[in-house]
Amino acid sequence: MRVSLQDEHFRGLLWQIAVVGIAVGLVAWLWSNAVHNLSVRRISTGFAFLGREAGMPIVDTWLAYTPKDTYLRAFIVGVVNTLRVAVIGIVLATVIGTLVGISRLSSNWLLSRLAAVYVEVLRDIPPLLQLLFWYVLMQGLPPARGAWKPIDGVFLSNRGLVVPSIALDGGQLWVIGAAVLGLILFYLLRRRLIAQQIRDGHARRIWPYGVLLVIILPALLSWLLGVSWAVTLPELRGFNFAGGWTFAPEYFALLIALVTYTSAFIAEIVRSGIEAVPRGQWDAALALGLRRSFVLRQVVLPQALRVIIPPMTSQYLNLTKNSSLAVAIGYQDIVSIANTTLNQTGQAIEAIALIMAVFLTISLGISLFMNWYNARIALVER
Amino acid sequence: MATTLDVPQATRSTSRPRTGWDANPVTRWLRANLFSSITSTIITLLLLGLLVKMIVSFVQWGIVDAVWTVPGNDTSACRAARGIGACWAVIPEKYRFILFGTYPYDQQWRPALATLLFIALFYVSCLRSFWRRELILIWVAMLSLIGLLMWGGVPGLEFVSQERWGGLPVTLVLATFGLAFGFPLGILVALGRRSKLPAIRSLCVLYVELIRGVPLISLLFMASVMFPLFMPDGVNLDKLLRAQIAVVLYAGAYLAEVVRGGLQAVPRGQHEAADALGLSYWQKNRLIILPQAIRHVIPPLVNTFIAFFKDTSLVLIIGIFDLLTTAKTAIVDPAWQAYSVEVYIFVAVIYFAFCFAMSRYSRHLEMQGKRGT
Repeated sequence: MRVSLQDEHFRGLLWQIAVVGIAVGLVAWLWSNAVHNLSVRRISTGFAFLGREAGMPIVDTWLAYTPKDTYLRAFIVGVVNTLRVAVIGIVLATVIGTLVGISRLSSNWLLSRLAAVYVEVLRDIPPLLQLLFWYVLMQGLPPARGAWKPIDGVFLSNRGLVVPSIALDGGQLWVIGAAVLGLILFYLLRRRLIAQQIRDGHARRIWPYGVLLVIILPALLSWLLGVSWAVTLPELRGFNFAGGWTFAPEYFALLIALVTYTSAFIAEIVRSGIEAVPRGQWDAALALGLRRSFVLRQVVLPQALRVIIPPMTSQYLNLTKNSSLAVAIGYQDIVSIANTTLNQTGQAIEAIALIMAVFLTISLGISLFMNWYNARIALVER
Repeated sequence: MATTLDVPQATRSTSRPRTGWDANPVTRWLRANLFSSITSTIITLLLLGLLVKMIVSFVQWGIVDAVWTVPGNDTSACRAARGIGACWAVIPEKYRFILFGTYPYDQQWRPALATLLFIALFYVSCLRSFWRRELILIWVAMLSLIGLLMWGGVPGLEFVSQERWGGLPVTLVLATFGLAFGFPLGILVALGRRSKLPAIRSLCVLYVELIRGVPLISLLFMASVMFPLFMPDGVNLDKLLRAQIAVVLYAGAYLAEVVRGGLQAVPRGQHEAADALGLSYWQKNRLIILPQAIRHVIPPLVNTFIAFFKDTSLVLIIGIFDLLTTAKTAIVDPAWQAYSVEVYIFVAVIYFAFCFAMSRYSRHLEMQGKRGT
């Protein structure tokens, strides 16, 4: 390398030194200001506060939590709350979005027009406005005494949605675990059987194995352990419900808003994915005498998925990030809890660093999973 | 647009002579599009039933049984209609506050005019004949004019501080200035991310991935809580300006990714040809690469702008008076507290109008792109 401004490499080096120098200088300046300001305000930096008693009430939680617990525990509760709205939201948004997306392509004019209206309206209204709207509607529901009862044991009131519950401790969890294990085994077995079928051409019955592994064996285990599956119906006691599972109005409003907003985008992704499959694929499959639903499932969707998966990944990430809107209606997700912590302790940098760490981890997790899935369904060429 | 799912119907209708149902174009259309099979007929009837029920109850609630005006703040008529009909009387009562916030009442023609100027600016930017270098000058001139209108402080216009701004102009300011500063930032970062210099490239990757990995809310919290911590003593930026900086950084990261997509679509030969002409890095990008790259990504740019316009509503959480916050504040008034649904519908219509216009425009551009113009 020549030391001359005419030399491209030397110029590149100078540029880099200049830009990195500016960036480092800026960060150092901000950092020194922060250290100064924090010492003036007598806020100690560091994560020691996580071990202190939080003293904040968290109403709606799946984990055991009291205000006497530590900030660390409160954060974990917040992460679980974020995950439970994000995961269920992603599943529901995918199902509804796919249905709406397929409906938009239906030959039934009314169905496709209604699907188009669904997409256009929900996509163009800010998710926060939708959230506030649903929350207001929830609050406008009758009180627990006059709860709306669509079917027996299900109550919809301004206390949220209450559904019948089954006890989940010990035996029940074992049986459910056995069924999940059975499902995984069945999936592996099915892959082997299909591979064999491709090799020797003999059709095999697969579904009896499924019934055995997923239903009969867990049922046997349940009978041997003597597990009770008694359903507890919720009932009105005073001003609230006793028994049953309650989905708080905040959770419910957030879930509806996230699902309606995201499903509109997913519908568009699914539609354009299906439209990207050449028409000849339809024609060829129909010419073979296959049924239309079979063609859609086995011929068109697998090809469409390759177009669909990458934009779908970013929608999942958006839904997860949008779940932080919870703070606007007081559902205590990670952002809301970090915000309360920040107000109580003044540990602004740490609280926001924790939010960022949690979301970056979730984002990375979703990206890794979707990239793995994308690689699995990618076109395998010779 | 031919749908992929109507293959069998298409083949059947051509082979038969046109008699009975098929003779009349209306019944033929109905039969092909609504009653083509048993399943289709069932779906049509179910949806029709549902639709009629929904429309009837909405018309009942929103028009027939609705209360349109009430005298003064006396909401007894609305209370009587509670649960049966809408109380639209809240809109004429509150619309000035929802649209312009706490801006001095007798001066509200200024934010109104600023809003119109914003709309004119968007409209002009959408016209292909204005896609020239002079558009930048138009933007600078218009935005200065809007700033002058909103702030005032010159003879004839009294000074109005930012704390009193509110409503639609604030939403438009956040979105437009976010775009005006975020777009150049995004271009620089996109160029940086494709640069051959490793230090610059990794800085840009770090910036984009950090911003895109976290929710906008956490950036806004940072702007409202952490920003003062990072400033030297005595420097105290206005809350709106701090939120605006967060919004610019956020927009920059997303726009950078869109622009990067466009840069990737420019063929290698263009770079090589520019190099062969002896153009410098900046000349090459300014004159050859960027004009082509940005042309490729105009529809996704518009889509990003729509998303971004909606996202400005999140400033509600840090208490900045944008359109959504004024709406939420308007119904804090005890007399009107119960009619938030009506107010939210009103605001939703405004947001929808802006976003729908932009998404139509983006669709139009995509269609033009497909036709190869």
